[in-house]
Amino acid sequence: MAVVEPWGRWPRYEQHVIALNSRFEALPELSPMLPFGNGRSYGDVCLNGGGILLATRGLDRFIDFDQSSGILECEAGVLISELIQFALPYGWFPAVTPGTALVTIGGAIANDVHGKNHHCVGSFGNHVLEFELQRSDGTVLHCTRDTNPAWYHATIGGLGLTGLIRTARLQLRRVPGPWISGDSQRFSNLQAFFELSASSDQQFEYTVAWLDCVGRGPRLGRGVFTRGNHAKVNAPTPLPRPPRTVRFTPPLSPVNRLSVRIFNECYFRRRSAQLPHATWHYRPFLFPLDGVLQWNRLYGPRGLFQYQCLLPGTVAEAAEPLREVLRRVSASGLGSSLAVLKSFGAVPSLGLLSFPRLGVTLALDFPNRGETTLRVLEDLDAIIGSAGGAVYPAKDARMSARSFQRYFPRWAELQEFIDPKFSSSFWRRVSATTA
Amino acid sequence: MKRLLIIGATSAIAEATARLFAARGDAILLVGRDAERLNAIAEDLKLRGAGLAVPYPLDLRELQLHSPMLEAAVARLGGIDMVLIAHGTLSDQLACQASPALMVQEFTTNAISTMALCTLVAERFQAQRRGVLCVIASVAADRGRRSNYVYGAAKAAVVAFASGLRQRLYPYGVSVVTIKPGFVDTPMTRAHRKNGLWATPATVAGDIVRAMDRGTPVVYTPWFWRPIMAIIRGIPETIFRRLKL
Repeated sequence: MAVVEPWGRWPRYEQHVIALNSRFEALPELSPMLPFGNGRSYGDVCLNGGGILLATRGLDRFIDFDQSSGILECEAGVLISELIQFALPYGWFPAVTPGTALVTIGGAIANDVHGKNHHCVGSFGNHVLEFELQRSDGTVLHCTRDTNPAWYHATIGGLGLTGLIRTARLQLRRVPGPWISGDSQRFSNLQAFFELSASSDQQFEYTVAWLDCVGRGPRLGRGVFTRGNHAKVNAPTPLPRPPRTVRFTPPLSPVNRLSVRIFNECYFRRRSAQLPHATWHYRPFLFPLDGVLQWNRLYGPRGLFQYQCLLPGTVAEAAEPLREVLRRVSASGLGSSLAVLKSFGAVPSLGLLSFPRLGVTLALDFPNRGETTLRVLEDLDAIIGSAGGAVYPAKDARMSARSFQRYFPRWAELQEFIDPKFSSSFWRRVSATTA
Repeated sequence: MKRLLIIGATSAIAEATARLFAARGDAILLVGRDAERLNAIAEDLKLRGAGLAVPYPLDLRELQLHSPMLEAAVARLGGIDMVLIAHGTLSDQLACQASPALMVQEFTTNAISTMALCTLVAERFQAQRRGVLCVIASVAADRGRRSNYVYGAAKAAVVAFASGLRQRLYPYGVSVVTIKPGFVDTPMTRAHRKNGLWATPATVAGDIVRAMDRGTPVVYTPWFWRPIMAIIRGIPETIFRRLKL
């Protein structure tokens, strides 16, 4: 037994970790099991307290690659970063990348992750052509949109509960190289964000905004909007430096009200917030957090909560509840150091429990201050719930069963696809019967 | 492009090492027991850039099959420049203590089969007057400890054997490289609790490739095992016998 923690460092559970190394091996005769990739989920969606974790990083072999069509088949423990390293020299790139490249392909499917180009191409599942699903009864299901379609749709966004995703065939997209060109600009309020977003989404594949969540009054909702496209660059900027690592956990978190306020002010005012023409290497542009490894240690021994919510519908529908969320966060004084805002497009997600849908998504990081933080997040849940929105399971460690079932009304349909020997701490929490 | 023979190619350390060679475009013949896994590894290595990756399933305890295997490797690769011997099992010490038959079997896998292979490879390398022969031993070879002396003794045999071979082949321009990994996080050690001393197969693989390129005689990997084992070797036996290591 070993104590395993998720990326947010809370909760921590004793669990038995079994490292998988061959895709030809049968699953162990144990229960309850849960696949565990690179542990980048923020909360207990990747944990199985008291149970078995099937560590999949040892399943990291490439199986087939067609240079002309960009179709790649690999084992599910391959990281997105490894996939890029492999495919980029051939001029191919993952169709969708989340905010960190340090997630496995299996995890990306199981959480149906999204990226800064959601408004153009949908989420990760939209580009998964096929995968092999290994069940505890010894069967292996080949799933595509046409073969075992119900299993295909249940497993995309299925949180690892339908069985072990062993291998996957992915459609990559062409890129001219590692560079991204675009621009960056400050905006003063949410209205300005929505206008920028609407005018950018046609011309830019990647759009994302950082939001200042500390400011009150007129400063509430100001931020920095960044957009870009893959581009051929003749005079490339210098390559990004190798990542640094936070080597230890400070006993007291340096992330506090004052430092967050200073950080937000500086981030908004820094010169590179306003760049009419910019060229980035894909790493700092797509994966800014990967520049500092183990950054979650900065939140101290108690870790952090990430709260990513979605407010559905058009700008007119999403704007008011979004303002309400920001007002609540600002009033709480908790201060989110990193707040990220992004418009989702209309490409339908394929998964039964996929998170992305047309609307606006906001991601917030909060240091774990126990009850105080939890109470604020409960309040946010109420706002999201009445707006018909959702909270992202991959980032959650605390939402109630009632909230989850309200956000994902089709949740009960997943039950019949869940492998009888699979479970997770998250699922036991959110599938509890509500009064 | 180098031509490589990797014995025990399904082991995590060997596979990580093979990927580094593959990225340089080398040609590799992969020997191991499990044909299905060897095929999967060979396909992966080809995609990662290997000029050639040929699976060759074989139970290495069948010593009489070593020679045909080496012939096949020479034929398929058109010669051999480097050999990496990485197969082995982490013996169950308590089971081996209780059973002489099991102890002999473990010794055959970890020592005899390796030394038999080395004998064959040495003949060929001496004749061609060049080559790099690399064997993976262990820090456990440096001193017999109650917790794993069967494994340690087998690896110690390999270390002494390689040392002699190194002297013998030196005049012929052939390098013999002994790798002594410490704790490595592989499926072989999945039952162990991990702490800061544990290294990844990728780290160890980087050290192996560097050592094989340079012909370094003995390499501890990661490096900090050299001073640790120097201290452990220095403890007088009268004290050592009281310890529970």
